[in-house]
Amino acid sequence: MSAPLLQVEALGHRFGRIVACRDIAFAMHAGEVLGIVGESGSGKTTLLNCLAGRLAPTCGRVLYDMRVKGSTDLYALSEPERRLLMRTDLGFVTQNPRDALRMGISAGGNVGERLMVNGARHYGAIRDSAADWLGRVELDPGRMDDRPGTYSGGMQQRLQIAKTLVVKPRLVFMDEPTGGLDVSVQARLLDLLRGLVRELGLSAVIVTHDLAVARLLADRLMVMRAGEVVEQGLTDQVLDDPHHPYTQLLVSSVLQP
Amino acid sequence: MSAAEKTRPGDPAYNFGYLDEQTKRMIRRGLLKAVAIPGYQVPFASREMPLPYGWGTGGIQVTASIIGPHDRLKVIDQGADDTTNAVSIRRFFQRVTAVETTEETAQATLIQTRHRIPERDLTDDQILVYQVPIPEPLRQLEPRESECRKIHAWQEYGVMHVGLYEDIARWGHIARTYDYPVMVNERYLSAPSPIPKFDNPKMTRMAALQLFGAGREKRLYAIPPHTDVRSLDFEDHPFEVQHWDEVCGLCGAAESFLDEVILDDRGGHMYVCSDSDFCRHRREQGHRGAMAGHEAVRGLTEQAS
Repeated sequence: MSAPLLQVEALGHRFGRIVACRDIAFAMHAGEVLGIVGESGSGKTTLLNCLAGRLAPTCGRVLYDMRVKGSTDLYALSEPERRLLMRTDLGFVTQNPRDALRMGISAGGNVGERLMVNGARHYGAIRDSAADWLGRVELDPGRMDDRPGTYSGGMQQRLQIAKTLVVKPRLVFMDEPTGGLDVSVQARLLDLLRGLVRELGLSAVIVTHDLAVARLLADRLMVMRAGEVVEQGLTDQVLDDPHHPYTQLLVSSVLQP
Repeated sequence: MSAAEKTRPGDPAYNFGYLDEQTKRMIRRGLLKAVAIPGYQVPFASREMPLPYGWGTGGIQVTASIIGPHDRLKVIDQGADDTTNAVSIRRFFQRVTAVETTEETAQATLIQTRHRIPERDLTDDQILVYQVPIPEPLRQLEPRESECRKIHAWQEYGVMHVGLYEDIARWGHIARTYDYPVMVNERYLSAPSPIPKFDNPKMTRMAALQLFGAGREKRLYAIPPHTDVRSLDFEDHPFEVQHWDEVCGLCGAAESFLDEVILDDRGGHMYVCSDSDFCRHRREQGHRGAMAGHEAVRGLTEQAS
């Protein structure tokens, strides 16, 4: 078996006196989708930021299998190298699409930005590729010159996903990608995400507090509480046969329709 | 400074060139660094000048630091020698340095400019000083100064094309007409100050030294003589300069940058060269535009020049 795409060793992060996460260790292989669930304040987002190269952890290592160099600690790279990696290999989908989109730039420009940042200099090619990706996330390419502000929340989220995936990253981090969306839009978005992840062979780390989202998308699941991983395993196994008392509580507290 | 300079005529209440000698040295040190790293923005301790920010305080400080008693100064605003900004800056330097001033581009050793590069080719014994309002070309796309510095340091300039992309998507062509971003020496992205993009091609491999001063933003930068300057563009939408369907109404020039002048409230208008010195030279050589034969117009232009 090949080296894991992402390997985390004894990772911890603290904000002053507050310990956000500690002793996190896991490995993730290419093509895998890892879900991280837990209550709010359990350190999910801090962990995700550390994994994605956005926040240097207080201790521990995040090893990423780079295309040329092989397994390398993200935070041992120089900042320009890490920034290059983040805009080519890694993708990040935020909960609020307005954090990641340029609201003053058209939808097509937003998708094209990632290509231009990576050196694309042919307007026609950038535009074709942006239109193609808008289509893939079920947005009307006819509206590609409209600003994101004229899009609904769910459409903005899909636009953000198109913007993230257009450069074909190997590993995508998603922080509550369906948070704040209504149930039907959430279902369509999940369907879309599942299709894209399978079709492109993406690896993804998805943070969510919604167990249904985790069950639908994730191959493996990590349950966090108070900054620690209390249980991890295959998604179905964890959700159908929870061992840790907190996981049992979490699973039993889902409303049954 | 030599003793001879100090005793030169000029307002005795002020040091030669208005600024004190330490300040001039500080600015010259900054300029040396700027010339050594073409296009790099060097911070400097901009002084309060006796005119508001936005009126050319950066350019005036650069000029004041490098001007000597034997320089011949030309000041232009929008290409013309007779506009308010040009007249007041010229008078300022006449008062504080008593140097000779000229309107002849070829005669000047030092040219301070706002919004234009003279039409006539500059030579290697001339210096062109630009007044710059916003020295940071990334400002529109990246409001964080810390992030701008990183982008410059690591040449992550791809984001700059987003603005150009938006133009093409909206207008079908790159609609930006002034302060058009340039790559200096294939290293630093720079703002050419609000000159029309018509003038961008003149910047590349120019024989004269080009110095830029931004007073409010406290930045200096420079383009040394014979340096490559490339305007950004797309492969399928190459950089282009403005074109006019008409020629200068006074001198008939077709190859210069033209200003539109409204003549009445019934849509009457004419185009004239924005470079007043260039236009006058052509008229002296006998070139005549469609509106130059008219006695009233001739009277007006002679009065103005």
